[in-house]
Amino acid sequence: MNAPSSALPNRWERFRDSYLLYSFKRDIVAQISLVVFIALVAVAVFAPLLSPMNPYDLAQIDILSSELPPFWIEGSDSQYVLGTDAQGRDMLSTILYGARVSLMIGFGAVALQALIGVCFGLLSGYLGGRIDAFLMRLADIQLSFSTLMVAIIVGALVKAIFGGATFSAYAVPLLILIIGLAEWPQYARTVRASVLAEKNKEYVDAARVMGLRSKRIMFRHVLPNTLSPIFVISTVQIANAIISEAALSFLGLGMPETHPSLGSLIKAGFDYIQSGSWWITLIPGAVLVVLVLSINLLGDWLRDVMNPRLYKG
Amino acid sequence: MALLEVNHLDVRFALRLGDVHALRDVNFTLERGERLGIVGESGAGKSVAAFSLLNLIAKPGYIAGGEVLFDGKQLNGMSERALRKVRGNRISMIFQDPMMTLNPVLSIGEQMLECLKAHRRISTKEARAIALDKLRQVQIPSPETRLDQYPHELSGGMRQRIIIAIALLLDPDIIVADEPTTALDVTIQAEIMALLLELCETNNVGLILITHDLGVVSQVTQRMLVMYAGRVIEQGPTREIINDPQHPYTQGLINALPQMATPGEKLNQIRGSMPSLSNLPSGCAFHPRCDFIKRADGTQRPACTQQVPEFVTSGNCKVACHMVAELLDKEANDESRLKETNP
Repeated sequence: MNAPSSALPNRWERFRDSYLLYSFKRDIVAQISLVVFIALVAVAVFAPLLSPMNPYDLAQIDILSSELPPFWIEGSDSQYVLGTDAQGRDMLSTILYGARVSLMIGFGAVALQALIGVCFGLLSGYLGGRIDAFLMRLADIQLSFSTLMVAIIVGALVKAIFGGATFSAYAVPLLILIIGLAEWPQYARTVRASVLAEKNKEYVDAARVMGLRSKRIMFRHVLPNTLSPIFVISTVQIANAIISEAALSFLGLGMPETHPSLGSLIKAGFDYIQSGSWWITLIPGAVLVVLVLSINLLGDWLRDVMNPRLYKG
Repeated sequence: MALLEVNHLDVRFALRLGDVHALRDVNFTLERGERLGIVGESGAGKSVAAFSLLNLIAKPGYIAGGEVLFDGKQLNGMSERALRKVRGNRISMIFQDPMMTLNPVLSIGEQMLECLKAHRRISTKEARAIALDKLRQVQIPSPETRLDQYPHELSGGMRQRIIIAIALLLDPDIIVADEPTTALDVTIQAEIMALLLELCETNNVGLILITHDLGVVSQVTQRMLVMYAGRVIEQGPTREIINDPQHPYTQGLINALPQMATPGEKLNQIRGSMPSLSNLPSGCAFHPRCDFIKRADGTQRPACTQQVPEFVTSGNCKVACHMVAELLDKEANDESRLKETNP
């Protein structure tokens, strides 16, 4: 090959010249959000290495050092930077582990939502007719149940059939299932709308004329053209899933206190807020707000980039 | 037997107000390596005819009757699985707008290899070699680079060349080209048409060319159909139809060409516009626009408004027109009378 390298940009060069990167470099809010988000994800992922103690290990907990305040308040212990909770667990460690659980449930639930929603949306939009009517009514029915109701029903069923201990042991996959099932119609509707717009384009006819299978046309030709709305709602959905999980845990329907998420930490501290130990609930609350905010701000930026019709004035 | 035979094809669209007849009693044949033109105004049913060949009419359209025989096998009514083996493989199609026909998110190479792999069990390396060969055939500069490019990086003419290359990928027997040059500018149009003609000739590929452009039809095709309001109204060798059109509509089309007008005067036109398919006039669908519904002596020809014209043979052409039928009858009568008087 004697073609000059500029004629054939590789992936990195394409990315370097892309509008995505261009607009990112000019959006300070998006940059800060991304840094905060990545930092939170990183500390959550590496929580076992970073945290001073393991909050799941009962042997490391000392009830005598419970309700110690964070370092800037008098009476704090230098061993516990952000203080301790009512059971004497180090707040910093529980928050790191809790963020890990929250993010895991958030991403897992969104992956499940996307899987169900994208498949149903594609089938519904591309095949149309009765399949479309059936799947969309199913989505309507699903949306008429709130996430809370689904959680209560599934939680009650699992607790009744397998007992509370089983529920605690499988809380993470169960919450992923609950939040995933409750929110898939968002994806299905968005994907269906884009598919309806895409399927009348000539490249779909051309693919059919080539003799390709419907399945292949759906997943390889139509789906990639509907990716930008999927990316945009994914950011919103991750933030929503994390909030849903926190809400469920706060209501006692989610993660048990022995294996806390940010939501169950807030709940655990809520009982002590009257007695002056505000940090047990406020610090995990603040972490939750920062996490969700950074995801939402990133989502806003992504929506502006991916939808050229929505120029900011 | 002809390679492709279309008999009494009848296509309808099931709309809320009732069925709309998009094609009525369409008959034609295509021999191996033959080039056939289909001309007519927008809405005459040209594209519907093309799509119905491969049973690809989108709902609410459906084939209500007739048959499409390809290589002796009936394509309509064939299973979707069996049809997929014909589509792209033995009959391929080129669409009007090269901006729209290529998938914007897949590279040229991905789209070409995908088509090959859907029909043949070959390795990526072999498929790439075939793709490169076809790209060379359509005279694309530096084909290796093109394979990794995306449609938006190429010009319209280049994209149409790639679409032709994709249509040729599996060495089909027939290419159906639905207005392949309409979306291109005039200089590119001529290039693309010449390329398509040359490739069809060298590979002995049959071509069904759907177009408005009578000039292109006369240069490229051997036989042609003229369609009006879902019916074929005239068919035969292209040269004869262009030089001596029989049907008043075909005459009108040829007269409407800019080069037929006297310089300095308005262009000729056919008055009125094509009727809606859901509300066709009685008798011959063309009669409200026809200048020949009255005979030369001023008397009315009642059949024009009452009866759908049958095909009559005039030379090598078939024409569906009462006026032409009457003239032919008269000629035949005159001849027989001549024979009677001077035996």
